[in-house]
Amino acid sequence: MNHASHAHPLPFWRKYIFSMDHKVIGVQYAVTSLLFLFFGFGLISLLRWQLAFPSQPVPFIGQFFNDTQMVGGIMLPEFYNQLGAMHGTIMVFLGVVPLAVGGFGNYLVPLQVGAPDMAFPKLNMMSYWVYFIGGIVMLCSFFVPAGAAQSGWTSYPPLSDVAPLGQTVWLIGMVFLITSSLLGSVNFIVTIVQLRAQGLTFFKMPFFVWAQFVTSFLLLLAFPPLEAASVMQLMDRLAGTSFFLPSGLVVGGQPLAHTGGGNPLLWQHLFWFLAHPEVYVLILPALGIVAEIIANNTRKPIYGYKVMVFATIFLGFMSFVVWAHHMFLTNMGTSMSSFFQITTMIISIPSVVILTALILSLWGGSIRFNTPMLFAVAFLPMFGIGGLTGLPLGLTASDIHLHDTYYVIGHFHYVVAPGTIFALFAGIYFWFPKVTGRKLSEFLGKLHFWPSFIFINGIFMPMFILGLAGVSRRLYSPEYAHAQAVQPLNVFISYCAWGLGLAQIPFILNFVISLFAGKKVDSNPWESTTLEWQTTSPPPHENFEHEPVVLHGPYEYSVPGQKKDFLPQNMREN
Amino acid sequence: MSALIKYIDKPHPVTGVTNSKLGIWCFIASEIMLFGGLFSAYVLLRSGSTTWPHAATVLNVPLATLNTLILITSSVTMVMAWASSALRDYNKFRMYLGLTVLLALAFLVIKGIEYGHKFEHHHFPKESIFFAIYFTMTGLHGLHVLGGIVVNSYFLLFGKRMWDEHPEQFTGRIEAAGLYWHFVDLVWIFLFPLLYLV
Repeated sequence: MNHASHAHPLPFWRKYIFSMDHKVIGVQYAVTSLLFLFFGFGLISLLRWQLAFPSQPVPFIGQFFNDTQMVGGIMLPEFYNQLGAMHGTIMVFLGVVPLAVGGFGNYLVPLQVGAPDMAFPKLNMMSYWVYFIGGIVMLCSFFVPAGAAQSGWTSYPPLSDVAPLGQTVWLIGMVFLITSSLLGSVNFIVTIVQLRAQGLTFFKMPFFVWAQFVTSFLLLLAFPPLEAASVMQLMDRLAGTSFFLPSGLVVGGQPLAHTGGGNPLLWQHLFWFLAHPEVYVLILPALGIVAEIIANNTRKPIYGYKVMVFATIFLGFMSFVVWAHHMFLTNMGTSMSSFFQITTMIISIPSVVILTALILSLWGGSIRFNTPMLFAVAFLPMFGIGGLTGLPLGLTASDIHLHDTYYVIGHFHYVVAPGTIFALFAGIYFWFPKVTGRKLSEFLGKLHFWPSFIFINGIFMPMFILGLAGVSRRLYSPEYAHAQAVQPLNVFISYCAWGLGLAQIPFILNFVISLFAGKKVDSNPWESTTLEWQTTSPPPHENFEHEPVVLHGPYEYSVPGQKKDFLPQNMREN
Repeated sequence: MSALIKYIDKPHPVTGVTNSKLGIWCFIASEIMLFGGLFSAYVLLRSGSTTWPHAATVLNVPLATLNTLILITSSVTMVMAWASSALRDYNKFRMYLGLTVLLALAFLVIKGIEYGHKFEHHHFPKESIFFAIYFTMTGLHGLHVLGGIVVNSYFLLFGKRMWDEHPEQFTGRIEAAGLYWHFVDLVWIFLFPLLYLV
């Protein structure tokens, strides 16, 4: 398919910086969000020093901080709060979501549906740059007077309404990030609905595309209420309104000069209306990646593909009616609590269905244990632990004890860290050959996987015990009597966290070395069936030499009577 | 922009819409959630409030009524602009789109006069929850009106080339802009009774 754009090579800045090619934008998203992930991890590993060795100076790096952050290398509470709040914000909004949706989604969805590009290439470019600006704004907040946001990643008022300037910067950054994901989600929905290749019916789409499709609806509909809430919080902070400030509030012993009449719980409702669906924005693309890799490396179709699709749609729908299970301790009344307990229990069903289908997919497969598969298989029990430990939090009686303790931290990190991030690593190892034409080293990959797997469990498993002991998640000083009994665990967790940091070195080395000197591979090294592998690596400017015509379902592995054990979606029987 | 992307000017045979039309509908869905967040905040704050002013005594109902009429009229001229575009009558198209922009500007001017009166009488957002929600909701709606003005002016000033080269795509864009404009109109139709009348 020749046409004008092939004849005129684009200038460098148009091709790699302000590119409208979804593949370049996907790589831009992936690299930026990986940098943010490591930065966000750096923040929390600094914070871990204070928890392991309270009120002792941070060795060596302590001297690089100014007097509002550390005094004599001893971390100040305000700075501790900044590290915690910004870690959460960066990991969720600048790291995992942009990597899973912006990176993997952008690169793979048009390829997997057989489209030449996203439906709106200019909008796609814009969504990356809006995300980039939002990220820079977030980072700059460390340099404003009194530092970055300190009110937790949830920014609960009234605290956030009276917090220093950093909170305003946080809100402005959020408005950028919300706008970016809105533009992206419109693009995904239109691409998947309109631009599927001939023959690619909805039930022939790879599960990854389905996951991105449902994710896009969550981003489209759940994020705007937080934008409304951010606008209101900005008004509170800049125009002196009292949307989230009740009457008669006393701050620091002084009555606050404001009109009052607002409601702090309004923020919580609007925030969690986003932030619960956000959990599934994190997890669904991860499930999509894991499904692709498991099907490929077991050499058989995934078990219950259609059931998984229906479960995903149901999950997306239910995620909008569970948000108040984050608010059981806000005195919302038993009938409301009952409603949200019931819906929370119901939403665990589709998750269990999907996880069970993935585990059953392993049954009877001749499994290839390469690095992507190791990460994908490790995802299954990790996500399982994360899910099951969520049930006690969804029931009011047990939530009273566990609310806002380290148990909660352990729970959601099992879903998001050894869960989602492991799946994203699996995806990086799996699709690296498609993007670069070279393979990542298996040896370094395994050197990355095993220590990561051990250390990450060393971090989050003890947190359940800390939480049961009643240690609060935002406790600056673990020197209280109730926390002393479990303090050795805190030290252990910190060592594991730093170990996890070291375990990422093989990955970084692998990534950089393989980019230039990795083993060259042909276009379909994993012998996969989906459309992205049926074009060159890296794919040409408009993805396919000839527009693909889809004949088969996504996972036609080991079809009886065939010569090869895989049958690509666009190929006649071989 | 890739020349290979399909359904830019002609509707998809199965879904019956072009890419831009589906895109604008998705965008409007998210906008509904944005204003939905504010509307639900209004309900929650008002129901939890001990005092709520009788809106007609603090807000200018006649001016807002005039504004409602202006905005509804502008939706009509927007449809006429789209119809003229589909009928390939450039002069009529320009006239109707220009009228739409003018009416939108008139809306903003009247809104500005209203705001000016409020400030003169020392009514600021921080005065009470009522004024907080009044200024926030009308302000955000005003920004959406401004967005409509920018988009329509762009088509008015720089649209001729696309009008000549890709007529169907151009008409599709006017339709998408129109859908957005009707949405902005509709938000006002909810805002007007909510803030001024009840």
